[in-house]
Amino acid sequence: MTETAGLTAVAMSGGLDSSVVAWLLAQRGEPAIGLSMLLWDRSEEAVHGRCCGALDLGDAKRVAQQAGIPHYTLRMDHEFRQKVVDPFVEDYLAGRTPSPCVRCNTWIKFDLLLERARRLGAERVATGHYARILEGPDGPELHTALDADKDQSYYLFELTREQLAASSFPLGEMSKPEVRRLAREAGLVVAEKGESMEVCFVAGGVREFVEEQVAENPERFAGAALNSPAALVDSAGKTLGTGQPYYRYTVGQRRGLGVAAPSPLYVLAIEPAENRVVVGSESDLMAPGLRGERLHWIGPAPHSPVEATVKIRSRHPGAPARIHPLEDGHVEVRFAEPQRGITPGQAAVFYQETRVLGGCWIEGRLF
Amino acid sequence: MDAVYLDHNATTPLHPRVRAAMLPWIGEKHGNPSSLHRFGQAAREAVEAAREQVAALLGARPPEVVFTASGTEGNNAVIFDAARRAGHRGHLVISSIEHPSVREAAARLEKKGLEVTRVSPGGDGVVPAAEFAAALRPDTFLACLMLANNELGTLQPVAEVAAACRERGIPMLCDAVQAVGKQPVDVEALGVDYLVLGAHKFYGPLGAAAVWVRKGRELGGLLVGGSQERRRRASTENVPALAGLGEAAAAAREEMPARVAHLTALRDRFEAELPRRVPGALLHCTASPRLPNTSHVAFPGVEGESLLIRLDLAGFAVSTGSACSSGAVEPSKTLLAIGLPAEEALSSLRVSFGISNNQDEVEAFLAALAREVAELRRVAPSLGERLVTR
Repeated sequence: MTETAGLTAVAMSGGLDSSVVAWLLAQRGEPAIGLSMLLWDRSEEAVHGRCCGALDLGDAKRVAQQAGIPHYTLRMDHEFRQKVVDPFVEDYLAGRTPSPCVRCNTWIKFDLLLERARRLGAERVATGHYARILEGPDGPELHTALDADKDQSYYLFELTREQLAASSFPLGEMSKPEVRRLAREAGLVVAEKGESMEVCFVAGGVREFVEEQVAENPERFAGAALNSPAALVDSAGKTLGTGQPYYRYTVGQRRGLGVAAPSPLYVLAIEPAENRVVVGSESDLMAPGLRGERLHWIGPAPHSPVEATVKIRSRHPGAPARIHPLEDGHVEVRFAEPQRGITPGQAAVFYQETRVLGGCWIEGRLF
Repeated sequence: MDAVYLDHNATTPLHPRVRAAMLPWIGEKHGNPSSLHRFGQAAREAVEAAREQVAALLGARPPEVVFTASGTEGNNAVIFDAARRAGHRGHLVISSIEHPSVREAAARLEKKGLEVTRVSPGGDGVVPAAEFAAALRPDTFLACLMLANNELGTLQPVAEVAAACRERGIPMLCDAVQAVGKQPVDVEALGVDYLVLGAHKFYGPLGAAAVWVRKGRELGGLLVGGSQERRRRASTENVPALAGLGEAAAAAREEMPARVAHLTALRDRFEAELPRRVPGALLHCTASPRLPNTSHVAFPGVEGESLLIRLDLAGFAVSTGSACSSGAVEPSKTLLAIGLPAEEALSSLRVSFGISNNQDEVEAFLAALAREVAELRRVAPSLGERLVTR
C-alpha cells in the first residue's frame, strides 16, 4: 500500500526556490513528500522571509497543498542549535567569522534530514540549491549551477559522494527568473517572495546576537569576555587605542575601528586570548596563501599537490592556487597572486572548471 | 480502501443527519434570530430547538445551555468570569492534564497573582479524587476537572470531586468536550456547575459548542454586545452550526447504546490483536475507566513522529502528542505527567475510533502498523541518541 518506490523528500523552507522544486516534482508525477524543518523556534519574533521562520513553514504547507503532495514539519531545533548556532557563536568568540550555511548543509540538510527522510521511506532529498550533480568516473560529482550569479556550490563543499548520490538539485540548470516565472505560472503563493540573504536565525545584528546567546547560556559559553574593549595594535604590537570587544570585528573590516589614523586602517587579525585586534594598511591584508583544517575531498583524495581555483568566501570570484595536503586534515593553499582578506572561520572551496573538488576551513593566512 | 481516519479525538466527520439539518441554513433559509419578522422567527426556532436537543442529551433544562463558538471559548469564559467574580484574588484548582484552554487560562491568572494548584494523575492516567479534594481551600473560587482526557481517553472522577466541591460551596467546571457523544453524560449525575462540550467532537460542525450552566450559577460572557444567550454570550447566533450541533446531540442521544457497543468492539479487537501483531507494543492505561473509542500505545524504539508520517503515507490517519501550530511534534505533557519517560512518550500514538470505522479497517490498520513498525525498526534501529539529547 505504501508508495515508497522512488519516493523523493523535498526539503521545503517556504521560500521560492524549494517551493518550485516541490511543484516541479509533482508536475512530473514523481512520488514526493514535502518536509520542513523547524530549526529555530522563535515564533514570537515572527521572522518572515528567512529560511527557518515559523511563518515560512506555513507557506511551505500551502505550497505542498497547491502541488498536491503531503507535507510534514520535523522538529530539529535541538540539533540545529548544537550543530549550527552554538558553533556560530563559538567561532565569533574565538575570533573567527563563521559560515553557518555550510554547516547547516553538512550537518542538517544532507545528514539529519536525509536520515529522517530515509526513515519515512524516501530514497533521496531534493532541495532548491543552485548547483548540479553530474555522474563522473568516480561517482557523483558536485558542479556549479548554470546560472553563475545564483551558484550555491560553495555552501555544499562538505557533502560526500554518498550524500550526493541521495540528493537532487532540480534548479541547477535553471535561472532565477525562470524559477520565478514557473512559480507565477503555477500560481504558487510564494511566487513574489524575495531572497533570504542574511543568516537565517539572526533577526538583528550578528554581534548583538552573539552577546544575547552568551548571556542566555553562560554555562555553554563559559569564559567569554563580553563587553571588554579590545586593544587595537599594529603589526609590531604597538597599541594604537582601545576599540570595541574583539568579537565585533571581522578580518578585512575598515569602518568603525574606533581609532584615527592618517591612512585607512584594516583589521588584519583577531587575537581573543590577548583581547587584541591587529590593524594595518590595505597592503598588509594581502597574503600569499592560507592554512586550512578539516580538509575534505568529494572524490578520492589526491596523493600529490593539486592545481585548482580557490574561493575564500562565498562571493569571492576564485583565484588560481596550488593545494598542498598536510597531516591530520590540515592543508596549505598557495595562490598564484596574493589574496586580500583571508578570514579565519570561512570556507576555502576548490574548483576545477565547474567541478567542486572539495575544500577546507580557513585557520589563518600564510606569510 | 480509501484513507482510514482514526483520529476522532481531533475532530469528526459530519453525521449525515447533521449535514441534512444544516443544509437549509446554508441554502434557502436565512435569518437573524433577534429579528422580529418571519425570517428571524424561523432562525430563532432553529436555535431554540437545538438548545432543547443539547439539554436533552445532558439531562439538563434548555435555559441552562449557553451556545459558544468553541470548547476553548466555553472553558475560558467560565474560568475568567469566576476569577472576575472572585475579585481576581484567591485560588484555582485544576488537574495537570487539562486541555490547554483550561491550563493556559489558569496560567494567565497565575501571572496576574492568583494561586493555582495543579493536581497530577497517577500512572493510570486518573487524577485521584482524594488528592484533588485535598487541594481545595476556603479561598478556592473554582475547580476544573475534565471528564475524559483527550490523549489517553481515561475518565476522571468528576462526580466524586464535584461532591467534595459542593460540600465546600466551590463551583466546579467540567470540560466534557472529549466525552460528550462518545458515552452517556448526565449533568445531574456528575453534580458539576459548569460543563463544556463541542459539536465537532461528536459528528457536528466546527464553530458550535455549548456551556451548560447550572441554574443559580452565573456566567458573564467574554464578549460584550447584544443580549443574545440571555446576556451570557453576545454575538449573532451561528444558526447553521447550532442547527448542526442540535442534530448531533439528538443523534448521539438516540444512537448512544449502539455507539458505545460499536466503538468498544473496534477498540477491544484492536487492543486484543495488537500485542500479537506488533511485538513490543505497549498499551497505556487499559485497566483504567476509559472512553470506548481511544487507544494509546507506545512502540518502544520507534519514533512516533516517523511512524505517524509513514502511516499517513500508507493511508491511515492517527495522532501523536499535542501538535504545535506549525505541525511539529513535541513530547506530550500529559504523557510526561503520568510518568512516562520522554523516549516512551515520543514513541506513542493515539488511535481514536469513530462510528463510521469498521472491523475491516481495524484489520487493515493492524497490518499497516505491523509493516511500518517493522520497517522503521529496520531502517532506524537506534533512535536512542536523538531522544536522549533532547
